[in-house]
Amino acid sequence: MERCDVLVLGAGPGGLAAAAAAKKAGAERAVLIDRDVRAGGILNQCIHDGFGLIRYGASISGPEYAAKALAEAEAAGVTLRLGLQAVSMTAQRTLLAQGKDGLVEFQAGSIVLATGCRERTRGAISVPGSRPAGIFTAGVLQNFVNVRNILCGKRVVILGSGDIGLIMARRLTLEGAHVEAVLEVMKEPGGLARNISQCLYDFGIPLYTSHTVSNIIGKRKLEAVEVSPVDDAMRPIPGRAWTVPCDALVLSVGLIPENEVALTAGVAVDEKGRGALTDEYLMTNLPGVFACGNCRKVMDLADYVSNQGTLAGENAAHFVQGEPLRTWNDRESSGMVKGLPAPGSVTCPICPNGCQIVIDPETGAVSGNRCPRGLSFAEQERIRPMRTLTTTLRVEGGPVPLVSVRSDRAIPRDDLQEAARRLKACCVRPPIRLGDCLAELEAGGVTVRMLAGEDVL
Amino acid sequence: MKDVIIIGAGAVGCTIARELAFTRLDMLVLEKECDVAAGTTGRNSAVVHAGFNNRPGSLMARLCVEGSRGMEALCRELDVPYRKTGKALVAFDEEDMEILRKLKAQGEANGTRGLRLIGKEELERMVPGVGGIGGFYSPETAILDPFKYCIAMAENAAENGAEFRFEEEVTGIRREDGGFTVTTGKGEYRCRVLINSAGLYADKVSAMAGVNDYHIYPCRGEYFILDEVAEELLQMPVYPALKAGIGGLGVHLTPTVHGNIIVGPSAEYIDEADDYACTPPVMDKLWQEAQALLPTLKRRYVIGNYSGIRAKLAPENEGGYRDFVIREEEDCPGLINLVGIESPGLTASRPIALMVREMVGQRLPLVKKENAVRTHRFPPVFAKLAREEQERLIREDPEYGEIVCRCRRVTKAEIRQAIENPLGARSLSAVKYRAWATTGRCNGGYCLNRIVDMLVREYGMRPEEVTLRGPGSEMFSGEVK
Repeated sequence: MERCDVLVLGAGPGGLAAAAAAKKAGAERAVLIDRDVRAGGILNQCIHDGFGLIRYGASISGPEYAAKALAEAEAAGVTLRLGLQAVSMTAQRTLLAQGKDGLVEFQAGSIVLATGCRERTRGAISVPGSRPAGIFTAGVLQNFVNVRNILCGKRVVILGSGDIGLIMARRLTLEGAHVEAVLEVMKEPGGLARNISQCLYDFGIPLYTSHTVSNIIGKRKLEAVEVSPVDDAMRPIPGRAWTVPCDALVLSVGLIPENEVALTAGVAVDEKGRGALTDEYLMTNLPGVFACGNCRKVMDLADYVSNQGTLAGENAAHFVQGEPLRTWNDRESSGMVKGLPAPGSVTCPICPNGCQIVIDPETGAVSGNRCPRGLSFAEQERIRPMRTLTTTLRVEGGPVPLVSVRSDRAIPRDDLQEAARRLKACCVRPPIRLGDCLAELEAGGVTVRMLAGEDVL
Repeated sequence: MKDVIIIGAGAVGCTIARELAFTRLDMLVLEKECDVAAGTTGRNSAVVHAGFNNRPGSLMARLCVEGSRGMEALCRELDVPYRKTGKALVAFDEEDMEILRKLKAQGEANGTRGLRLIGKEELERMVPGVGGIGGFYSPETAILDPFKYCIAMAENAAENGAEFRFEEEVTGIRREDGGFTVTTGKGEYRCRVLINSAGLYADKVSAMAGVNDYHIYPCRGEYFILDEVAEELLQMPVYPALKAGIGGLGVHLTPTVHGNIIVGPSAEYIDEADDYACTPPVMDKLWQEAQALLPTLKRRYVIGNYSGIRAKLAPENEGGYRDFVIREEEDCPGLINLVGIESPGLTASRPIALMVREMVGQRLPLVKKENAVRTHRFPPVFAKLAREEQERLIREDPEYGEIVCRCRRVTKAEIRQAIENPLGARSLSAVKYRAWATTGRCNGGYCLNRIVDMLVREYGMRPEEVTLRGPGSEMFSGEVK
């Protein structure tokens, strides 16, 4: 039996922040466990930028964000136990976990659940048709493409306009696949406006709202999907379907809070959303068991998850010490603009607000921005849109096949695909340190350095 | 020249192979898919029927009752998950009760044991929350794992010398003096006795040998798979009283040995024997009927759909069942045909195999093989073991400590054993059916990547070689860069 003051489950953004905060708030021993051998959780496969706008005041990639969060946890003195899968827990705050060294039992003064979420699947939504190879959820594919160097196919249809699906539409395009369409059964897309704009509009990928996949065709390997418009009840309208040949179907149809371990102890979850229910102190129905991030309620930004993790960790430490707890305000984490960008507007990516800036072409008058910072971006969008390039480079002779990279400055939007294509031939060898310049690239008259987003040793 | 060739590695073909492998006969099993249990064997309700559904005097009735009686011991011998759950049939009105009374009489005529009619209260006790005015209880009905059943049969047969060849679809059969020449896409094989256990394609295989007497009508049944809620909601299979219709047993709810509930099947005659689609009108109707049977079911329990196809000899306009055909063809000596082996074929598979063994014995000497092994063991299922056992395994092999499939708590060691299976089946489905990974509520969201990673990095497969169910079902186009 291992004893600790605060035990945190899951080393994604929420867990890393919670463990660090618990330690800073005076917890003697704060243990953070994760099933993966690397801390960071899903951040490690999110190689795109847009992370850190709140926490670090910069737009960085998922692996870079994870590295910063991990460094903070380590600096705070968190005890990190990786490769350990939580199996079950009790209301008395004991937890059973399993790893290569055997079964481990913990007794904690308080527990923070930061177990994230999983993807809704084809099985859960009963997409009709056959069951061939070539159907993936967006997150699974993201892992294959960004971490394991495996590509699903060349002609892709994406069902659902959740953020991961949108991000994958851009990733697959940059890797040379053709995204035929993104389909959304609802009247409005589910993802953030900035992702609709920078992942679909930037590449001319068609988005069909009020449409769905009404049949999957192909007995052994996916050959095509049948696309149908839907009525107000979201039922396909008969007789109006058309067929889209494709070799991969990617589902981005929602995220479900992951509370399998929490449920073994009797943590109450929301009947519909499946998130762990908490009070304003982020404490669940079980005294001393806190929840933060996506396992509580799926959030739009990792930064919000980290902020919430910080409070949950601090409260978990205070619970053990008998100190008063602080309250969480859900309004602090719901500022993002979702759905279709306003017509003729520019979605500002500089902060998470995602203001829809409109510049009158006649008068030059600017509206829609809540602060002046987005002005120069909006001006630039009118003249020549510029984007940060995020992609991967092939690693030769290393423990992993790919390393994530981000350009140190923006390149012209219209040169993104060509730049990514040229980088495909590039191959690097370890040791690689986060921030190392792994390639230089000239694109549209701009020379950029491609910086490693992670260590590969 | 082989003594025997068996065409088809479903439950029946593999059980025949096992029985014949106890003799000195030289035997080959040809299967068109990349693994055993790829057809109807792996796509049904996984119920061991007690034998009251079939017409007295029929082969179906006799073989089903025999199979049901021997199944528990057989599963123990082969290390196949089996549980005698009993089964309840529900009557919603007096007409249904009358049907159940007749069913009871039919079952008793067939020799099914322990059948009794039950009142509303007892039914409610057995299946809390079920609708209905009363019902019928069959204590002998059981559930099993049909994949492991078939795999165990095949592995045991292989251990005793049977040869299995996969991805070999039979394309032609020539009758020659004293035997047959069987052509597949890959080669030619000769044998003295040919056993046609080709399931949905048994009519076509028979015709290749010159016996054109059969026509199989594929009849599809669609299913929902629900999450692991059986322990809480459903302890035994629950069926409706079956009003006259086309041959199925009505939409029913069945707990599985893995703790899930399956809902289905529908019954719909279709054109193609491999059209395993699930269709919206049928899915909607299935769900309505399932909820009528058990109103506590919630849509959010659904984690998947699948369909299976019955190899029916009875055409749609005739309905109901025609009996199994199990015979050596008079016009084609040496050809043993098994045609129309639909439900209860899985339950009856061993008695069928024994019948076929007798027929083979009329042609070839059945000499007992010395040292034949009757028992079979699967690698341990980590999640089912006591904690001390789990700790011991992790000490011996740290890969038992590494969980690959989160939903089912399947360890890396078990995935490795599934990849390295004795039959050499190498596809994601082969791993799925052996280790039971990817079958949980996340549909492989966590483990699929890890399993593929093992295949690529530890077993040297290229991504484009990884298939879902053998050639033609490639999962990936290749490397990204």
